[in-house]
Amino acid sequence: MSTIQPNIEQPVSEEMQLVRRAKRGDDHAFEELVRRYDRNVFRIAQHITQNREDAEDVVQEAFLKAYSNLEKFQEQSKFYTWLVRIAVNEALMKLRRRKPERTVSLDEEVKTEDDSLPREVADWSPNPEQNYNQAELRDILTRTIQGLPPGFRTVFVLRDVEGLSTEETADALELSIPAVKSRLLRARLQLRERLNRFFQKKGNGNGNADGDESSGDGNQ
Amino acid sequence: MKCSEFLNELTNYLDGVLDARTKSELDDHLAWCHNCYVVCDTTRKTIEIYRDSELYELPDDLRTRLRSAIMSKCTASKKSQPPGS
Ligand SMILES: [Zn+2]
Repeated sequence: MSTIQPNIEQPVSEEMQLVRRAKRGDDHAFEELVRRYDRNVFRIAQHITQNREDAEDVVQEAFLKAYSNLEKFQEQSKFYTWLVRIAVNEALMKLRRRKPERTVSLDEEVKTEDDSLPREVADWSPNPEQNYNQAELRDILTRTIQGLPPGFRTVFVLRDVEGLSTEETADALELSIPAVKSRLLRARLQLRERLNRFFQKKGNGNGNADGDESSGDGNQ
Repeated sequence: MKCSEFLNELTNYLDGVLDARTKSELDDHLAWCHNCYVVCDTTRKTIEIYRDSELYELPDDLRTRLRSAIMSKCTASKKSQPPGS
């Protein structure tokens, strides 16, 4: 989990050593950076574009851009965060090209408060994902996250799937920290709401949790 | 504490970044509010399920192909633009 990282001078990280070697023209060092992060970039790109070919293009373009702009990379942030920022921008551009009718922006206005208030409160089975085989589960998860606005699913993927900190996510997306937090909350709640119908406990009849003999809390 | 106030802090609560006092206020709320308890619990599961899902893994053959494409494009770009400009 995220811990508080003291902002003091640290010994040069292995990553930064690779970056410096790459800056001096060592292509093997750059290739090592590709090896390190290609899986992450691909995952992020596919989550944003929802398209396999586009994701492949994004991976190539993002690394190529990083390579040719390496001189401009300031060593104040992590290389990975910088790379993610490039990849997210490339992915959003792809998405805009495919879906020009929809505004695709990370800044899109967040709707009213009530919008993300849970409508349906139903408990889930203990390990609800185990009620589905791997292919089914994958399908459910993919289609569910596809339904979120791009700005929400991007924040969710960076924070909760890739494990970037709130600060790194804000940095990579050029958003403020409160904006990241608010999008993350909405993304999480909306995903939860949409997963209800797959994961909710069976046999609740009308889905009303009042007065059922739910076990577990507070009867000791 | 109202449910809406609880929800506003949910992300901070799940991420464990609250001060002790706010956290205990939220714990108190969870102890008696079943709805928020369920929302909190299922939201946590949502995150875990996605984190563990391994959606969009990059297959090895594609990975190799992409990497060599990247590296050859990089080399080509260096030739066309001499360093130190
Ligand atoms: Zn409540």
